[in-house]
Amino acid sequence: MEQSDKPNLPRAVVVSAAFISGFCIMTVEMLGVRIMSPYFGGSLSVWGSIITIFMLSLALGYLWGGKLSTRNPNAVTYSLFFIGAAVFSLPIILMADSIMRPIFLAIEDPRYGSLVASVFMYLVPTSILGMISPYSVRLLVQSREHSGQMAGILFFVSTIGSALGTLGTTFYFVLWFEVNQILWGVVSALILVAAFILLTNFVLNRSRAVTRLEQYENQM
Amino acid sequence: MKIRCDVTALRQVIAVVAAVLICLPAQGETIHEERSIYRDITVVQNGDRRCLIFNAVRGDRNQTCVDVNDRDRLVFDYTRMSFAGLLLRPNPTRILVAGLGGGSIPLTLSDLFPDAQIDVVEIDQAVVNVAKEYFFFAENANMKVTVNDARVFVKRAGLAGEKYDYIVLDAFTGDYIPEHLLTREFLGEVKAIMTPDAVLVANTFSTSAFYDHESVTYRNVFGELFNFKIPTSGNRIIITSLNPLPPRGDLTSAARNIVGRLEKYNIPMLEYPNRMSTRVDWDMSKRVLTDQYSPANLLRDN
Repeated sequence: MEQSDKPNLPRAVVVSAAFISGFCIMTVEMLGVRIMSPYFGGSLSVWGSIITIFMLSLALGYLWGGKLSTRNPNAVTYSLFFIGAAVFSLPIILMADSIMRPIFLAIEDPRYGSLVASVFMYLVPTSILGMISPYSVRLLVQSREHSGQMAGILFFVSTIGSALGTLGTTFYFVLWFEVNQILWGVVSALILVAAFILLTNFVLNRSRAVTRLEQYENQM
Repeated sequence: MKIRCDVTALRQVIAVVAAVLICLPAQGETIHEERSIYRDITVVQNGDRRCLIFNAVRGDRNQTCVDVNDRDRLVFDYTRMSFAGLLLRPNPTRILVAGLGGGSIPLTLSDLFPDAQIDVVEIDQAVVNVAKEYFFFAENANMKVTVNDARVFVKRAGLAGEKYDYIVLDAFTGDYIPEHLLTREFLGEVKAIMTPDAVLVANTFSTSAFYDHESVTYRNVFGELFNFKIPTSGNRIIITSLNPLPPRGDLTSAARNIVGRLEKYNIPMLEYPNRMSTRVDWDMSKRVLTDQYSPANLLRDN
């Protein structure tokens, strides 16, 4: 079989990674209004802008992630999603004011101002986070019969992650931490997940190489 | 056994329904109901008194009441108290009011100072409509309402170099606090649109742990402030200025000068100077609210 050749990440690793990505998506989304209200206010339309852009980003992410999963799905690419999402989340922490100020100056209507600002701040990192879901499904799926079930498990776990991310952020994190501290938490979590995926992959590759070597020696 | 359970359940249901009915604040006749994107708006009339209520079901207090036969007369303590800012700045020329409600504060200011330019900023178009239709509010050549978030309005005013000499912040509904209107950064933006002799009047809360955070934040931005409370009101008015605050003697003589003009609005200005205190009666160790940290709605209950 072709697949036995490839080191599959353990199911628990993929599922946990999907959980954390779901958690992080909603943490950033719920902080969205807090980040943007100094420039665009806290009206319903600002929420509308943020949710629109998040939905759009996730939609694009699902599409690209699914496409990428058809070409040699592997753990290294998978970890790069987490690293990419972490890196592209940094502007939300480090450059929020320099992104929002010119938009605030250029666009009078806070609805469109917040929409444009959301594109610049959230589109890229959220798209990358969206790519994780379909790619995770591909990493989990061993056979055609199980694909639906695996997709079900994955959406279940990542959506539970989203629910808890929403709750944790709005009920507790904002009470305990500053907005940027929470965002640094998100970035760190994503980097840690990437590191863990790479480490697992490395260990698996090595043990498989050792097995193969032993098989080879036995044959001799 | 089963029947008994049902009877108990029924009794509980009746008790709950009764409790809900008793707690409904809307005695009197509901003359208008409207659901805006921000809140449920109810206008209730009880005799001569017509009141604006936000989110009546959740038991919010009245936002504004007017006496329909004596419209000038201000009904609420906190509304009257907000005019104490006039003791520091008796003749404002450029006024900003954030939060319209039933419009009694801007209407009274416009009546008192017909030549002053008054800007009102209100986030909810529905509130503007109700104020006009049921609370006798009207824009005029010198008084304009802008439907916008106060934060955005103030920031733009600052960029345009606008200056006000009398600012009233009255954007809190009692139920939900707009967290971005409480932060050090927002107050800094307000400060930037104040003339050197301007006065800032903020209608805030006098109860809950939140009192400390709010006081610390205002103090952090403006330094000394008048903390104005009266026993019959759950509100606390913060009054401050960029100039050093005047001594109480000055307030008392200012009150004597102006009290005659305020009589028809039912504002007992002579009582106010003694209730305006610069004493710190809050926990100064509490955290300043910033754009990074402003969980105002969570702090309220803690």
